[in-house]
Amino acid sequence: MNRRYDVVVIGGGPAGLGAALAALDAGTESVLVVEREPEAGGILRQCIHSGFGLHHFKEELTGPEYAERFVQKAIDRDIDVVPNAYVTGLALDSDDTRLVRVLSERDGLSTIECSSVVLAMGCRERTRGAIRIPGSRPAGVLTAGLAQKMVNMMGYLPGRRIAILGSGDIGLIMARRLVLEGCDVVGVFEILPYSNGLTRNVVQCLDDYGIPLHLSTTVAEIHGRDRVEAITVAPVGADLQPDMSKAWRETCDTLLLSIGLIPENELSQSIGANLDLVTGGPIVSSSMETSLPGVFACGNVLHVHDLVDFVTEEALRAGRFAGQWARGVRRPPDTVSLVPGRNVRYSVPHTLSPDRPHTIYLRCKERMQPCVLRVGDLINKKLSFVVPAEMIRLKIRPSLLDNFYGDRLTIDIDPRD
Amino acid sequence: MCAAVERRMYDVAIIGGGVVGCAIARELSRFALRTVLLEKDAEVGFGTSKTNSGIIHPGHHSSNETLKGRLVVPGNALFDQLHDELGFAFRRIGELTVARDKDEFGKLEEMKALGESKGVPGLEMWDRDKLNREEPNLSRSLVGALHAPSAGVINPYEFAFALIENAQANGLELRVDAPALDVDLRDDHLEVRTPQESVPARFVINCAGVFADRVANMVGLDDFAIHPRKGEEYLLDKRLRGVVRRLIFPVPTAVTKGILIIPTYDGTLMVGPTAEDTDDRYDVTTTREGAEKVFESVRKICPPIDERATIAEFAGLRAASTSGDFIIGPTSVRGFINVAGIQSPGLTASPAIARMVLDILRDEGLSLVENPDFDPTNEPPPRFEQQSVERREELASSDPGFGRMVCRCETVTEAEISFAIDRGARTLDGVKFRNRAGMGRCQGGFCTPRIMEMLAEKLDIPLHEVTKRGGGSWLVIPMESGGSNAEGDGPCSDE
Ligand SMILES: Cc1cc2nc3c(=O)[nH]c(=O)nc-3n(C[C@H](O)[C@H](O)[C@H](O)COP(=O)(O)OP(=O)(O)OC[C@H]3O[C@@H](n4cnc5c(N)ncnc54)[C@H](O)[C@@H]3O)c2cc1C
Ligand SMILES: Cc1cc2nc3c(=O)[nH]c(=O)nc-3n(C[C@H](O)[C@H](O)[C@H](O)COP(=O)(O)OP(=O)(O)OC[C@H]3O[C@@H](n4cnc5c(N)ncnc54)[C@H](O)[C@@H]3O)c2cc1C
Repeated sequence: MNRRYDVVVIGGGPAGLGAALAALDAGTESVLVVEREPEAGGILRQCIHSGFGLHHFKEELTGPEYAERFVQKAIDRDIDVVPNAYVTGLALDSDDTRLVRVLSERDGLSTIECSSVVLAMGCRERTRGAIRIPGSRPAGVLTAGLAQKMVNMMGYLPGRRIAILGSGDIGLIMARRLVLEGCDVVGVFEILPYSNGLTRNVVQCLDDYGIPLHLSTTVAEIHGRDRVEAITVAPVGADLQPDMSKAWRETCDTLLLSIGLIPENELSQSIGANLDLVTGGPIVSSSMETSLPGVFACGNVLHVHDLVDFVTEEALRAGRFAGQWARGVRRPPDTVSLVPGRNVRYSVPHTLSPDRPHTIYLRCKERMQPCVLRVGDLINKKLSFVVPAEMIRLKIRPSLLDNFYGDRLTIDIDPRD
Repeated sequence: MCAAVERRMYDVAIIGGGVVGCAIARELSRFALRTVLLEKDAEVGFGTSKTNSGIIHPGHHSSNETLKGRLVVPGNALFDQLHDELGFAFRRIGELTVARDKDEFGKLEEMKALGESKGVPGLEMWDRDKLNREEPNLSRSLVGALHAPSAGVINPYEFAFALIENAQANGLELRVDAPALDVDLRDDHLEVRTPQESVPARFVINCAGVFADRVANMVGLDDFAIHPRKGEEYLLDKRLRGVVRRLIFPVPTAVTKGILIIPTYDGTLMVGPTAEDTDDRYDVTTTREGAEKVFESVRKICPPIDERATIAEFAGLRAASTSGDFIIGPTSVRGFINVAGIQSPGLTASPAIARMVLDILRDEGLSLVENPDFDPTNEPPPRFEQQSVERREELASSDPGFGRMVCRCETVTEAEISFAIDRGARTLDGVKFRNRAGMGRCQGGFCTPRIMEMLAEKLDIPLHEVTKRGGGSWLVIPMESGGSNAEGDGPCSDE
């Protein structure tokens, strides 16, 4: 690790690695990737199932295979990927210099200078505390991602008889994984009337294995002194409160939580990056730059993705602009804000500029089919359906804004018959 | 392991390692005595001492007519010195008892007079203006408050750990996973039986918390019973930090002490506790009704506090005795001393209780000769996050363990986790309550595997024997060999 780099990337997951490669492609000379874990690859290292890369590589890879391709490229191209190193702080020193404080086993605490920074810290899972389940607090209540790490990387099972609260993708994938390992999965309980995971995961991970998915149902109480012994499950009304008159008990020794992911932005917040209250990630321009000049963001730290291919796509863009910044290129500020409207929960990036192609990522609030996606009066795109679990991706031609003179565009999703 | 140890008479055997048992152990370690503490759980402090409001009460809420009323003020006064010597988390942040109407304001005047008669320092009446200025987020309808600057907050589990560590350093023997199953009466001593051994002792001190009546039954005493009273507490998100800066108490009514707002030592707000009688001595469940009670009551005093900000919740059991007071003293069984019924404010009173027990032992004929090697201080290991940049640089370059971040939410390094295990942590909770690893936003989602590995390594046990908090709180099951298609080596393979 040197004292100075053109670009420092924080986090060595697919977002960080993609950004590092793109920064190099943009002509920078030195790029550092700081990774906390003993190896780069991010959360993909524990996702040993296949289904990654269909968009980017046009073939079906496992998580570690997908990650490995990027790690290998990074090594081939002399990017410094430093594992067992943790970024503890970040500061904007002058117009052209950012300081990154890195704590590592090898070098202790050091301060690295760079021109631009890419935030790629990924996300964490929501925990029991976030949803307030009454009852006892025994061992055996854990997030699905932690269970995935135990099974896939440590060679241990989290329990024998498993209930899963929440139907996020990790929970669905773990349901199948644990059945294959000989566990009983008593069911997946989802408080909303629809699944929070990709349809393909509901079919391939639950339906194919006969695991029941209970919609509009929640875990109302946890039982067990030392270890989980059972849970009380109840259907919920329109107010999402459990109807205890219809509650039943499920015997299990483990409760996995797959109730959502939260971008890890404590570092971003500590330097004053403005966050979007809905995504939990930074507000970014069309060049993936945060409210702090020369600080870019991509991947799950920006907004939670369901497909890693789109993480890569976003990372390549962020890395390219971070690389250009380091070489002294400054872009005129964006001129158009993009505002979520009817049935749109959020959209990223938050602003656009004319004369460049853009890719907009957005999520709907509720399921709708068939429907039409509108961007102001400029785009009218028919969609057969939208669901909150699946991110919508919209490519925009450079010429689109040629004849647009306003300063804001609203995105709406409306029903169509 | 212990059976091989020479069977020598102990001067004192303490049953129960809550703050009370630990405080007594530490007081006794000032003297040249052979003392043992028997704790049924995997670590000390895992009973009620871990699950309370963590308040060091000033003492003006109770009169001198009860023993518990008398021990609060002296207990409170001992905390400055204890804090200096032992280095646990403690800060005097002051307390406000707030009045909602004129009647209640009148009651505050009475409390002030009571407190002053007991020697509670610095009591002061605040009018509405002063209250609004000092705590602007409280309800505007409050008419005034009584300020008690000597109120403090503490991390109670740290207190228990610090006491036992110091006692051990001064010669106390600690046995964990060692429940007293029975106590036999002998001519000149008592024998405490645990699953591992029989412990002979001249004096046995019963500090078994909610189980103290059961332990008393072991020597044939049945003059009191414990009726646990459960209290639920709700911890709120860090973003509510600073909404109130002092402990906020409502004026107690005849039936209840009310729901408090507690800015904990670590800066998060906590609200609670409820008070519900329960027959189950293991019932530390939280309930929907409990949460409703807490938040309904708190909203009236501090409207910005909202149930949705909850990040964690827990419940503890007050060891309420049939007499309603502390039961401290010798019994009809020679050598058997009760320290029972230690409900609130037992945490505050614990140092004073320990001194009282010394006097009792002396009266009962135990000769107390000073331990010439007694060292009253602990050297707490450095918390990396709290050091200056220069000091952190130094630490990280001198010990690579400081360069490995394990818990990123609370910034706890591998070196700190090592220290915790060296100093007695045997479980995930034991590590967490010593240095907050796994207590932050992700609640151990990232760091649990590494902490489990470190416990397994240092305690020399297989990973699947690592527990959350001892007993049957297992965490993982090994996969059948061959049944696993685990990808590559585990994260620990680089050691
Ligand atoms: C558990 C889980 C399962 C998933 N399953 C699938 C799936 O089946 N199919 C699919 O297509 N997508 C899946 N995804 C989504 C996709 O894989 C992720 O969106 C993608 O991995 C995100 O990449 P990232 O680089 O943004 O984040 P991550 O992969 O999380 O990488 C972030 C990296 O940053 C490091 N880091 C964080 N803070 C610091 C710091 N301060 N200093 C140094 N390093 C730091 C972390 O250790 C981590 O390695 C899954 C996501 C998760 C969380
Ligand atoms: C919700 C709540 C809030 C409170 N808030 C406050 C407060 O703010 N301030 C204050 O001053 N006080 C407070 N208290 C009271 C305070 O927590 C207790 O008075 C104090 O913790 C009692 O300590 P202890 O050592 O007697 O009990 P415990 O901590 O329960 O210790 C008893 C120990 O004995 C062990 N044991 C039991 N049976 C056996 C056996 N047979 N063999 C071996 N070991 C055994 C147990 O495992 C346990 O570790 C509160 C209590 C509750 C429940």
